[in-house]
Amino acid sequence: MPAHKAPRCFQDVILTLQTYWAEQGCAILQPYDEQVGAGTLHPATTLRSLGPKPWRAAYVQPSRRPKDGRYGENPNRLQHYYQFQVILKPNPPDLQQLYLNSLARIGIDPLLHDIRFVEDDWENPTVGAWGLGWEVWCDGMEVSQYTYFQQVGGLDVRPVSGELTYGLERLAMYVFGVDRVYDLPFNDPDSATPLTYGDIFLENEKQQSRFNFELSDPEQNLRWFTDAEATAKRLLAEGNVLPAFDYTLKASHLFNLLDARGVVSPTERQSFIARVRDLAKGCASAWAEGQQ
Amino acid sequence: MPQLLLELFSEEIPARMQKRAEEDLAKAFGEKLKAAGLDAKAIKTFSAPRRIGLFVDDLPAKAADVNEERKGPRVGSPEQALQGFLKGAGLTSIDQAQIVEDKKGAFYVAKIERAGRGTAEIVQEIVPEIIRAFPWPKSMRSQSSDLQWVRPLHNICCVFDGKAVKIAVEGVGSEAVTWGHRFHAPEALPVTSAADHASKLRGAKVLIEREERKTIILEQASRLCAAKGLELVEDIGLLEEVAGLVEWPVVVLGDMDPAFLNLPGEVVRLSMRTHQKYFAVRDPKTKGLAPHFIVVTNIEAKDGGKAIAAGNARVLSARLSDAQFFWKVDTATPLYTEERKAKLEKIVFHQKLGSVWDKVERVKALAEKLCAVTGAEPKLVREAVALCKMDLVTETVGEFPELQGQVGRQLSALTKGNHESVATAIEDHYRPLGPNDRVPTDKVAVTLALADKLDTLVAFWAIGEKPTGSSDPYALRRASLGVVRTVLENGIRFKSSNRRRILLGYLNMSLAELYYQSADYRALQEEAFEQDVLEERVRSDPKLVLLKDHRPNDYESLPKQIKEILSRKIGEVPEPPTSLDLLAFLADRLKVQLRDQGKRHDLVDAVFALGDDDLVRIVARVEALDAFLKTEDGANLLAGYKRAANILAAEEKKGKWSAEEAKSQVDAAKLAEPAEKALYEALEKALPAARAAVEKEEFAAAMKALSGLRAPVDAFFEKVLVNADDPMLRRNRLLLLSRLREALSQVADFSKIEG
Repeated sequence: MPAHKAPRCFQDVILTLQTYWAEQGCAILQPYDEQVGAGTLHPATTLRSLGPKPWRAAYVQPSRRPKDGRYGENPNRLQHYYQFQVILKPNPPDLQQLYLNSLARIGIDPLLHDIRFVEDDWENPTVGAWGLGWEVWCDGMEVSQYTYFQQVGGLDVRPVSGELTYGLERLAMYVFGVDRVYDLPFNDPDSATPLTYGDIFLENEKQQSRFNFELSDPEQNLRWFTDAEATAKRLLAEGNVLPAFDYTLKASHLFNLLDARGVVSPTERQSFIARVRDLAKGCASAWAEGQQ
Repeated sequence: MPQLLLELFSEEIPARMQKRAEEDLAKAFGEKLKAAGLDAKAIKTFSAPRRIGLFVDDLPAKAADVNEERKGPRVGSPEQALQGFLKGAGLTSIDQAQIVEDKKGAFYVAKIERAGRGTAEIVQEIVPEIIRAFPWPKSMRSQSSDLQWVRPLHNICCVFDGKAVKIAVEGVGSEAVTWGHRFHAPEALPVTSAADHASKLRGAKVLIEREERKTIILEQASRLCAAKGLELVEDIGLLEEVAGLVEWPVVVLGDMDPAFLNLPGEVVRLSMRTHQKYFAVRDPKTKGLAPHFIVVTNIEAKDGGKAIAAGNARVLSARLSDAQFFWKVDTATPLYTEERKAKLEKIVFHQKLGSVWDKVERVKALAEKLCAVTGAEPKLVREAVALCKMDLVTETVGEFPELQGQVGRQLSALTKGNHESVATAIEDHYRPLGPNDRVPTDKVAVTLALADKLDTLVAFWAIGEKPTGSSDPYALRRASLGVVRTVLENGIRFKSSNRRRILLGYLNMSLAELYYQSADYRALQEEAFEQDVLEERVRSDPKLVLLKDHRPNDYESLPKQIKEILSRKIGEVPEPPTSLDLLAFLADRLKVQLRDQGKRHDLVDAVFALGDDDLVRIVARVEALDAFLKTEDGANLLAGYKRAANILAAEEKKGKWSAEEAKSQVDAAKLAEPAEKALYEALEKALPAARAAVEKEEFAAAMKALSGLRAPVDAFFEKVLVNADDPMLRRNRLLLLSRLREALSQVADFSKIEG
C-alpha cells in the first residue's frame, strides 16, 4: 500500500475518504440537490438500500438542521454541516475493519486514541427507517454513526446494507486539534489563499439562524408543507417515484423549519412525522417494487 | 471429567445487554443439557464487548443410558397398529417385543435400551437452537443471512474434552479459535480448553470476566483520585455500563475547566454521565465536585493516555459550554416569566386536552380544593402551581429532560422571597417516579403531586385514552400508583362521616374543571351559568366536537354537567361513569400495591366491595381483616358466614325468602332452641359493638366484637334445623342468619373471601 500523506485541512479529510472508499469499489456520488437533514435521506441511501441489487456508494451530503442553528456563536453546533456517507449492500463481513482503516488513513492511530463502538439504535421515524449499530467514539467524541439497516420506509432491507456516516466537521476538528469549528483550515493553510471554515460559513450560520428562528414564515411553510405533501401523493399515484421522493424531502425540511420556530407541539409533531413517514413509505415501497 | 468451552464471537454487544445475556445463556444451556440427559453441575459464563460464552467444568462424556418400557397394542391388534408401535419404539420386528398379561388381556411391551448420546453430539444439536432463539432485547440480520443476533456473529468456538466441536448455524464460522484485543492483539488464537482460552485472552489483553473488569476499574479510579486527594463519585449503573465497553480497562483522570463548577453539580454530573460515560470526582473536604473526571479507556496508549485525556477534556468542555450557555440563559430571569407562560400555552399537552398551561390551570383549581384534605397553605400551593411547569421551557431541561423539576427548584430558590416549600413542591410534584422513588412529604408538594396526577388521570380517562393490558403510553398506571402511595404514605384522609365518596368528589371536580376549561368557559362564572348560554357555547365549541366523537353521552349532557358540577360543593357531586371507572382503576393499583405487600387479593376485594374510597381506611380494614382471618375464631366464623349465606341464597333463589323479609325483626319470644337464643343474644351484642367500633375506625376492635359470634354460630349450625316445618320458627332462623350476614358486612363483604 502506498504511504498516505496525513490530511492537513478539512477538504483533505473529504478527499482522503473519497479516495479510500473509491478504492473499496464505491461509486463516488455528489450531494443531492434537495435540502435534507441527513446524508441518509439521499436517494442513494434511502432508496438504494432497498431491493436485492448490490450497491456501493459514497458521497458528501450538506445537511440542514434548522433547530441546531446558534448564530455562529457556538464552537461546534451548526445548522448546516457536512456528512460523509458510505453505503454498502450487502454489508461486507469485514466492514468494521474497513471503517477502522479509513480512520487510520485520516491519521487516527487506534493505539494512541481510544476508539469505541457504543450502542446506538439508529432510527429515523420520518422515513420509517431503523437499524442497529453504534456511535463510534474517538476519545469520547462521536465521530461516526455505523448502522446495519434493517428497515427503510417500513420495509425489510434484504440483503442488509451497512451504512457509515462521518460527521466531517467534528472529525476534522478532532484530527487537527481545533476547538472552534470556524477555525478549521478549509483548504491548504500554506496555499496562496488560505481559507478557514469560518471564512466560508460563519456569515451563513448567522443569517440562516436568524431565518430559522425569527424570519421564516410558519404560515407559509405550513401551506407549502401541505402542498408538497399533496404533490408527493399525486406523483406517487402516477407511479412517478423519484420526483415524489423529492417532494417528500421538501415536506420533511419544511417540517424541520416549522419545528425550529417552536410552533409544533409535541403531539402535533407526532402527526407531522407520521405524515412524512407515510410519504416516505409510499416512495420506498414503490421503489422496492420496481427493483424486484 | 471433561471440560466444555463455548464462545460466541461477534461485533460489539451493547453494554447494557451483556450481563443479562450471560444469565440467559446459562439458563438456556442448562435446560437443554438437562432435557438431553446431561447434568451440568456448574455453568460459568463470561461476557466482554465482543463475546459471550460459558464453560462447564465437569460434564460427562456422554448422556446417561435410557431404559424405558413402552406399552403397546393388545396382542392380535391390526397390522397397522403394530407397525406404528414398532416404529415408535425403534423395533424392527414384533418378536423383539415382550408379551405381558394384565387383567385386561395380553399386551406387547417394548423394552427400550438406548445408549446415551455423546455430549459433543448433544452440544452440536442444542447450541444452534439456543442461538436461533436467543432472547436479545433487539436483534438484527446481517448480509443475506436470516440469522438474528445482537450484532453480526462471526465465530462459534466450541471445545469439548480438548477437541473442537463444529457448530453449524446459518453459515457462521465455527473454528476453535478466538481473537484478542481489537487493537492490541487482533490475531486469531487457537483454543484447546477453557483454561487455555482465558489465559491466552488475558495475554492478548482481553479480560473476559466482567466482575474482574469492574474491580480493576474501581481500583484504578480510586487510586488516581487518591493521588490527588480526591474521591470518586461512585455510580454502580455507570460502572456496570463501562465494564461492558472495554476489553482491557485502563482508567484515565482528565481535567475539567474549574469555571464549570459554577453550574449546578447535577448538571455537570449528568452531562458527564449521560453524554460521555465519565465518573465525576469529588473533593472530600468540600463535598463539592472537583474539576476532574474519570474516563475508562480500552487501550494502553503509547503516550500513557495523554492524548486521550486531552481529547476527552475537550469534548467535555464543549458539552459543558453548551450547558453553561443554557444555564446562563435560564438564570437570567426569575422562574416565572410571561414569556415562559406564553410558551407553555403553545405546548400541547395532548391534542384533545389543550396546552400545558391549560393543565396548570386545571391543576390549580383542583390543588386549591385539595388543601382541605392535605392541610397545605393555599397561598403557597397557588404559588407552586403557577411555577411548577415553568422549567419545561428552560434551555437546561431542553437539554437534560431528566432534570425537569430539579431545574425549577433551583431557579425558584434563586428567586428572592420564594418559600422553601414552593421550591420543594416544584421538584417533588413529579414524584414518585417509580415504585422505588420516594413520595413527596411536604404538604405543599403532596397537594401539588396529587393534583397533577389526578388531573392527568381524569383527563386521559375523559378522552378515552385508558391504558390497556399491553400499552400505557401516558404512564397512567405509574400516575395512579403515585396517587395511591402519596395518599397512603402521608396518611391523607379522604374521610367523611356520611360515607360519601370524597376522593370520587375530587375526581369529579377535576373532570368538571377539564370540561370547563377545554371549552374556555371562564367567562361563564360571571354569567351565572345560564343554561341556554352554556348550551350555545358547548355546541359551538370546535374543541368539544372531539369529545362528541369519543364520549357522545358525556357530550350530550355536558352543559348540564358543567352547570351542576360548578354550582355544587365537594361531596355533593353526582357520579358520572368516567370517575367511577377511574376510581376502580385506582383501586386496582391499590390492590396491586397491597398484593405486593403480601395481602390476599380476595381480602382486598372484600373490603373494596364496601364502596369506600378512603384509601387509608381501606388499608386499615384489610390489615385488620387479614389478622382476624388468621385466628381460629376468624376462620371458623368465615365458614359459618359461608354456610349462612348459602342457605339464604338458596332460599332467595327458590323465592322463599327476600331482602324485604330480611329487614323485619326477630321475634325473640318465638325462639325455641337454646342455641338459637344464644346466637340471638350474641348478635344483639356484637352488631352494635361492631358498628360502633367501625364508626371509630377501630377495625381490630370491630373484628374482636364479631369473634364473639363464632361459638354461638357453630352451636347454632350444629343443633338447629333452619328449615323448620313451623313457618314462624323458620322465619326467625332465617332472620338470625340475615343478621349474621349484616353484622359481618360491617367490616367487609365476606362473600368475596375465598376459603
